[in-house]
Amino acid sequence: MTDKTPTSRRNFLKGSIAAGGALAATPALAAGDPAITEVQPWANQLGEGVDVAPYGMPSKYEAHVRRRDVPWLTADPVSSVNFTPLHELDGVITPNGLCFERHHGGTADIDPAKYRLMINGLVEKELVFTLQDLKRFPRQNRAYFLECAANSGMEWRGAQLNGCQFTHGMIHNVIYTGVSLRTILEQAGVKTNGKWVMPEGADASAMTRSIPIEKALDDCLVAFAMNGEALRPEQGYPVRLVVPGWEGNMWVKWLRRIEVGDMPWHHREETSKYTDLMANGKARRFTWEMDAKSVITNPSPQAPITHGKGHTIITGVAWSGRGTIKEVHVTTDGGRNWHQARIDGPSWDKSMHRFYYEFDWDGSPLLLQSRAVDSTGYVQPTKNELRAVRGENSIYHNNGIQTWHINEKGEAENVEIS
Amino acid sequence: APVLAESYGLGREATPDEVAAWDIDVRPDGLGLPEGSGTVSDGEEIYMERCAVCHGDFGEAVGRWPVLAGGQDTLTSARPVKTIGSYWPYLSTVWDYVHRAMPFGDAQSLSNDETYALTAYLMYLNDLVDEDFELTKENFTEIRLPNEENFYPDDRLESAVWKNRTPCMTNCKPEVKITARAAVIDVTPDDPTAAHPTGE
Repeated sequence: MTDKTPTSRRNFLKGSIAAGGALAATPALAAGDPAITEVQPWANQLGEGVDVAPYGMPSKYEAHVRRRDVPWLTADPVSSVNFTPLHELDGVITPNGLCFERHHGGTADIDPAKYRLMINGLVEKELVFTLQDLKRFPRQNRAYFLECAANSGMEWRGAQLNGCQFTHGMIHNVIYTGVSLRTILEQAGVKTNGKWVMPEGADASAMTRSIPIEKALDDCLVAFAMNGEALRPEQGYPVRLVVPGWEGNMWVKWLRRIEVGDMPWHHREETSKYTDLMANGKARRFTWEMDAKSVITNPSPQAPITHGKGHTIITGVAWSGRGTIKEVHVTTDGGRNWHQARIDGPSWDKSMHRFYYEFDWDGSPLLLQSRAVDSTGYVQPTKNELRAVRGENSIYHNNGIQTWHINEKGEAENVEIS
Repeated sequence: APVLAESYGLGREATPDEVAAWDIDVRPDGLGLPEGSGTVSDGEEIYMERCAVCHGDFGEAVGRWPVLAGGQDTLTSARPVKTIGSYWPYLSTVWDYVHRAMPFGDAQSLSNDETYALTAYLMYLNDLVDEDFELTKENFTEIRLPNEENFYPDDRLESAVWKNRTPCMTNCKPEVKITARAAVIDVTPDDPTAAHPTGE
């Protein structure tokens, strides 16, 4: 994208020359890159003052970096999903405004003064907290990925959507600030027969899920901040549940209530939805963990190689709901030979990892794949290995290896290979 | 023993009315079911007025809205139709979800009796009861849905043959062929505003 504003100094100078060449020794006549030899407007004119954007936005040249949706996926845009532009991001932290959204009743607009969290059921004392109450408990800061159980779900039957934003973008990775769920439950006092908890959302979908008490007392957070600021409305403002490593549906947003019970509730989102139909007609339920997965984000269909042959950086992200990522392997020849990628940046438990593989591209076609190995020794499987166990109709939990075909021009396509 | 811990003296006790207002969930064993009842014919009237516009007159669904009835014996087919009758394990889920989250856009507007009646009608649409059936709190837990036994707990750790394997690094396979291409399917949305960040 180039700046064609008529006030740019470069156009002004060109106009002057055309009008009579009155200016002597104009920079335009100098030899070399005009981005260097001509005085650019930003080097000549004053920029905007400090108070122009009290809450700043990205550069206008980054306006294409945005969440996208796929209208045909859902019946309407309220109970729907959009996608994080993974191909435009680097590092491991997702900017708040780009974190994918998944709502079942739209974004609830909650007045924080009217926010309440109730703990009830099999507890010694049923309790109500305000937002202010929650912020007076000891806080924790943790980075975790949140991946929708259906991420890559459209790819079970074959290569469908052309771009990692669409095939892998139901994920984000942010630093949460909040209170340990254990601390909250301890205030109420969980009874000995309290074996399950059920978080419930305050929105019109009243999202509910059943979570075993062991997980609830382990690493779950009742979070009120992401990446240092209040949760975004679309991410559960003012309070959401964080369930590290587990499928995104369980991370109940606009959290209003946590009930303690002695058995699971088998609610809609753990029976009709978020159960995984197998080829024999039976279905797995309570498939909570998100297994080790990775994807090359650049190059990818939305981010082709534009620089031609030579030194080329392949980069992507890897994550596991069961721990950290120990290794990522990258192939450029469709899995005939693999190379150790370099993981750079933090290696946090149940958080995204950033990897790089650098090589000298000779301009010939490539079949790119990445393969994650997590701290439990689990090796990311191929899609065909998954299909051999599960068939093609389980919708959720597709962590199969992704292939991009790169042609001689550097363009990328989502493909499947033998 | 109960989970004991430091008390920070924060929060307050919930009143019984507050708990009753928010705790509306229902479990398969009937815990949470309120007093009430409803017949298939009552349910039909409510369904036609409040549900059929999205879910279709017979639960067959309009457009991409969820299908509520039919689909029996499709779970092993190439395109399974997962409905209350063909897939859902528990009737309590129907009552709970309809009562808490439907109609879409006007949630929590159905009375207890209306929810019993709608649940009865959804059973009728799925050929599970006759047209003179009445669903009540008392007979609710006697009812079993056809697919209850076909769910089992996550067994990925037992079935994952790729756990602790040593991944191949060199000369892993003789040749590779492209077998499917997303560009041929061509269902990815276009982005008219897309621009490459480096311009030129």
